[in-house]
Amino acid sequence: MDGISPFPFGITILEITYVIASVLFVIGLKMLSHPLTARRGNILAAFGMGFAIIATILFHKKDGEPIGNIPLIIVAIAVGTVIGWVIAKKVKMTAMPQLVSFFNGMGGAAAALISMMEFPHISPDLIARTGMANGHVLAILLGLMIGTISWAGSMIAFGKLDGWIGDMRIKAMKYVNLTILTVLFGFIAFIMTRDVQASSELTPLIYIMFAIAVVYGVLFVMPIGGADMPVVISLLNSFTGVAAAMGGFLYNNQAMLTGGILVGSAGTILTILMCKAMNRSLLNVIAGVFGGGGKSNIAEGGTVKEISLSDAAVLLSYSKKVVIVPGYGLAVAQAQHICHELDKLLDEKGVEVKYAIHPVAGRMPGHMNVLLAEADVPYEQLIESDEINPDLPNTDVLIVIGANDVVNPAAEDDPSSPIFGMPIIKARDAKNIIVMKRGMGKGYAAIENMLFFNEKTRMLFGDAKNTLQNLVNEIKSL
Amino acid sequence: MEQFSAFFLQHREAIFIVILSIFLGIEVISHVPAILHTPLMSGANAIHGVVIIGAIIVMGHADTTGSMILGFLAVVLGTLNVVGGFVVTDRMLEMFKKKK
Repeated sequence: MDGISPFPFGITILEITYVIASVLFVIGLKMLSHPLTARRGNILAAFGMGFAIIATILFHKKDGEPIGNIPLIIVAIAVGTVIGWVIAKKVKMTAMPQLVSFFNGMGGAAAALISMMEFPHISPDLIARTGMANGHVLAILLGLMIGTISWAGSMIAFGKLDGWIGDMRIKAMKYVNLTILTVLFGFIAFIMTRDVQASSELTPLIYIMFAIAVVYGVLFVMPIGGADMPVVISLLNSFTGVAAAMGGFLYNNQAMLTGGILVGSAGTILTILMCKAMNRSLLNVIAGVFGGGGKSNIAEGGTVKEISLSDAAVLLSYSKKVVIVPGYGLAVAQAQHICHELDKLLDEKGVEVKYAIHPVAGRMPGHMNVLLAEADVPYEQLIESDEINPDLPNTDVLIVIGANDVVNPAAEDDPSSPIFGMPIIKARDAKNIIVMKRGMGKGYAAIENMLFFNEKTRMLFGDAKNTLQNLVNEIKSL
Repeated sequence: MEQFSAFFLQHREAIFIVILSIFLGIEVISHVPAILHTPLMSGANAIHGVVIIGAIIVMGHADTTGSMILGFLAVVLGTLNVVGGFVVTDRMLEMFKKKK
């Protein structure tokens, strides 16, 4: 357009679009934190992103040069859109946490790639003026480091949640990780103090740094127990936000800067909120103390008592109040629909059925609410643990379905237990307890649960879905 | 010291934005109910997909085959983050609307 004017039309449109996009991100995020407006908020933020992308392709100029390779860029966007859309639509709701982790990793990788490509092209003028020690270089190096850690870490978190990577716990891990992190910062300092004419002379160092950051990302997530994975994903999520913001710094791009930092800070707060829900400190999570690290001094054993399906059916049918405590076991067995059928059946018989939802039930905070909503369980029936606990002594039967740690009394009784202090659903206060479990395996935190040995507790072993189905049939035939 | 003031003065707008955005991020989500933690994390995840803008800029100025390939990859990955993130969040939130 009018390239001679100091205020070209295109750039004005671009910058205005970035302002609008930033505002939409903020409003979208705000609306996402209220149940009624959440969906609209998400769509609003998506529109902001769409505007920013289109405006960038059409109007962005770097040193007066417009964006080239547009057909290829559009092909790349099309490819990413199709793959992303299909994965996002196809994956089961239970796999949501690993999916978020996967997409997060993609963002981190994109940030790292940008840094790798920009590094050799740092303007020689800038280097002649300030040497390598300038904000531009720092933004590139930090973007590379944080983006790579986020990518590698997210992929490991993804693999762990999907069950094909196990835990690796070595006591010395903390020190190894700390050393690697120091080395990474050492690299940044080293690169920034080099005396060179062109940054491309240092390009091999960038690749070494990338490799070390990959190792760090892997080792950082490896020792962290599965139950803590949501916290880690949230943390890596904020990392990617910061990596994106580094790109904003690099291109003097306000949309990237606000979007990235917003997610970085909101993600950090969210991480802390999640830690609070488990009564753990972030440091504790990162050091991987949870799950197997601590040894409980409660002796194993006692005997567990089983209950037959018909006894369970009778017990439930003649109760006044029943509380269901769903856990991840319910989710993996895809038993949320049959579970809702059970509660409808009991409701028809005049039994009052409520669900007790622990904040970290499932694999992510709020995960269980999503799953039960999928099965059409009315929102009002889902009660948070703090609210339902005082009511439990009046509850005739409490059914634990595939949950373990969130009902473990060790959190209240046993100061040496790794989960001591975590708020729990006080299952043992109920008059009768039925625990549905696959077997006598320990929960995700790998600690013994005395609830199963309680004299009020009866066990129903088997796959949650089959057991519930049989239970429903049994109640129908009464 | 001189280097620091040069850095600060040169980037003070960005530094302003960073600091204010940090407070904004904290303020915006500090009262979120636990049930929305997962969708909120997912939504925030989609927003940092804004890194795609950087990928487009890099790709738009790529001149060698190597940088072309990396740039292409960056745009694809960035798009995955954006599209996957928003679609998955929408899928989760869609389920909350059926309240009775």
